[in-house]
Amino acid sequence: MTTVPPPPLVKRPGPVRALNRAADERFGTQEALRRNLNKVFPGHWSFMIGEIALYSFVILVLTGIYLTLFFDPSNTEVVYDGSYVPLKGVEMSRAYASTLEISFDTRAGLVFRQIHHWAALLFVASILVHLMRVFFTGAFRKPREVNWLIGVGLFVLGILEGFAGYSLPDDLLSGTGLRIAASIAQSIPVVGTWASFLVFNGEWPGENFIPRLYVVHILLVPGILLALIGAHLGILWHQKHTDFPGPGKTEHNVVGHRVFPVFAAKSSGFFMLVFAMLALLGGLAQINPIWAFGPYDPANVSSASQPDWYIGFLDGSTRLFPPWEFRGLGHTVPAVFWPTLILPGILFTLLAVYPFIEAKVTGDKESHNLLQRPREAPTRTALGVFAIAFYLVLWISGGNDVIAKTFDISLNAMTWAGRVGAIVLPPIAFYLTRKLCIHLQERDREIAAHGIETGIIQQLPNGEFIEEHRPKLPPVPDHPRVPTDRVALPPAGEGHGKGDLVRRAGRAVSGFFVEDEERQPEPTGSPQRPEGGH
Amino acid sequence: MVLLVALAATGVLWTAFAPRGTAEDTAATNEAVRAGRALYLQGCSSCHGLQGQGGNQAPSLIGVGSAAVDFQVSTGRMPLAAPGAQAKRKDPIYSQTQIDQLAAYIDSLGGGPKKPVIDEAEWDDADLAHGGELYRANCAQCHQAAGAGAPLTYGKYAPDLSHATPTQIIEAMRTGPESMPLFGPGQIDEADAVAIAKYVRHVSEASGAGGHDLGKYGPVPEGLLAWLVGIGGLLAVCLWIGARQKV
Repeated sequence: MTTVPPPPLVKRPGPVRALNRAADERFGTQEALRRNLNKVFPGHWSFMIGEIALYSFVILVLTGIYLTLFFDPSNTEVVYDGSYVPLKGVEMSRAYASTLEISFDTRAGLVFRQIHHWAALLFVASILVHLMRVFFTGAFRKPREVNWLIGVGLFVLGILEGFAGYSLPDDLLSGTGLRIAASIAQSIPVVGTWASFLVFNGEWPGENFIPRLYVVHILLVPGILLALIGAHLGILWHQKHTDFPGPGKTEHNVVGHRVFPVFAAKSSGFFMLVFAMLALLGGLAQINPIWAFGPYDPANVSSASQPDWYIGFLDGSTRLFPPWEFRGLGHTVPAVFWPTLILPGILFTLLAVYPFIEAKVTGDKESHNLLQRPREAPTRTALGVFAIAFYLVLWISGGNDVIAKTFDISLNAMTWAGRVGAIVLPPIAFYLTRKLCIHLQERDREIAAHGIETGIIQQLPNGEFIEEHRPKLPPVPDHPRVPTDRVALPPAGEGHGKGDLVRRAGRAVSGFFVEDEERQPEPTGSPQRPEGGH
Repeated sequence: MVLLVALAATGVLWTAFAPRGTAEDTAATNEAVRAGRALYLQGCSSCHGLQGQGGNQAPSLIGVGSAAVDFQVSTGRMPLAAPGAQAKRKDPIYSQTQIDQLAAYIDSLGGGPKKPVIDEAEWDDADLAHGGELYRANCAQCHQAAGAGAPLTYGKYAPDLSHATPTQIIEAMRTGPESMPLFGPGQIDEADAVAIAKYVRHVSEASGAGGHDLGKYGPVPEGLLAWLVGIGGLLAVCLWIGARQKV
């Protein structure tokens, strides 16, 4: 903030500066560069979960490119003559044979395959965790509904992409999975048979489903994923990141670090750590050992055939659903139709439209840049936990054979436990979560009103005993990130008028202990933080 | 009338000669049978009956053959630890000599599949890849592609094959213990049976390339590891980075 003008440049500009100047003169990059590098990102740890998905995707693309150099997406039958002895002389497709070659006869092939597969599992998993973070903090609210929709699209496409990849090597497991997919397609009323024919170019297994899947897996879906990720990040960039309420944070600013250098350095380091984790998993833990499963043969099937985890909940719903088959008007609707198509259809639709439903129900039409803590919206949080409980029951049921075998439980008992659990546990989870949220709010109000219990008992001269309550400390100016549970909360109600609640929470964020938070004045912006950039 | 006399005489003669067995009826076998009977009366007869005739709690052992005895006793399934959905594999209680004696005794009650003998040349000649094909076509539906085992209904299960010896594998095929179907020599001949056993031993011993095999179950333990170590570890990293950041 000095007023002394900088001394005139005497040095000739270096090559970087010259290039920069040349680019600026032609494209006007300087302004955009300055604006974007000065963009501020908040630093809460939970905002990094989405980055795991992004970096997994980058690693998926890099390892995937390497694998395409050696993989032969062909259904042509060959006799294996590679270095894996237990399959020597066995008939198999070129796809399976080339996957064996990648695993045993290609330099670094197996570790790339394994990193690729682990990255796929982590990609979808981190999308799901990121989605939960966004859900429970209310980050999907206006103006971010579109990014929520894109996120749900990325989640669904990630699952499809993963399934296509799982199906490519044409081993016994992937063939079994595709066989089930063909059956699911066939179960659609009226058009099922034709849908299956369309996907597999005729009767299952047909002769060219692998080239088709290959195009889907390496071109079509990754292309859409890339475009959607670009849109997702572009919108995030434009709308700026949300943050939790805290000292100096308002609906109209962003408190954090600029993109350059701190945020960039942090993210690069985090990318390396994600890569390290994937390399660790890929190097130490076997994943999808296709050689142990053998080549696909429609006549064979292995017990404990499972999909990757992200399809597991549909496997579970199929295992739990009763074998109800409907016949009428010359058509049959098999039981698999409901748990494999109708159920995910309902689930993903509800997920996609949730922001609009919530806005409608609560009448909240305002824009929100400050996040909520889960307890501040008990009904939403309880709904989320309801969904998680339901999902978990289906998910566990998807692996119920392996669990039954491992823990020596009757498989039938597990199936029935899943059936009952899927109906009973989510409402219990809803009820308990909602109660817990409301109790936590009450505790917050208690602390806001009376301070923190010190455990020091004093006897007054008149003989009365009192316990000292220490008021909450005001924030230290140099270190304004105070845990948000010191934020005073509104006194009554369950906080379902969310717009109202956030405004009050925003008013309370100056962090001072106040008797009556209703009269807490608006904080006047952040004193010394970087400005919430453009 | 002549026919009736002849039939009666044949019957009488058969009952007179049959229990003595055949030409193998040597002194050594007799000794083994006697020792086996003593072991049997002590350890097995309370359920299977004094004559091996079976009872309310256990099946008849007449005609099960030495293969069944060797399989059940050498895998520790018999004597049964506790009644349940299925006999569990445990350490055998009897020594191999005692098992052979028990087998000789049960064999003497009336034939049945004999304990297989695999010679080394036969083992070396067995076609591993062909064994794998047969395994996937006949065994993997229950025992899982890598022999890890899987549950059946109501607490029964196809056991993990990693502890089974080649002899036990062939014995199980020939005698069909518990829920397992019987694969006779008409379905799977001697050489194929040995090839299957060789493949099972191979998938059990070779954990395979690429690191820890996670119990050979594929996606379920993989998913668990991806969540617990992958996501769990990276969330810990997020917390660590977040905690080191001032704002």
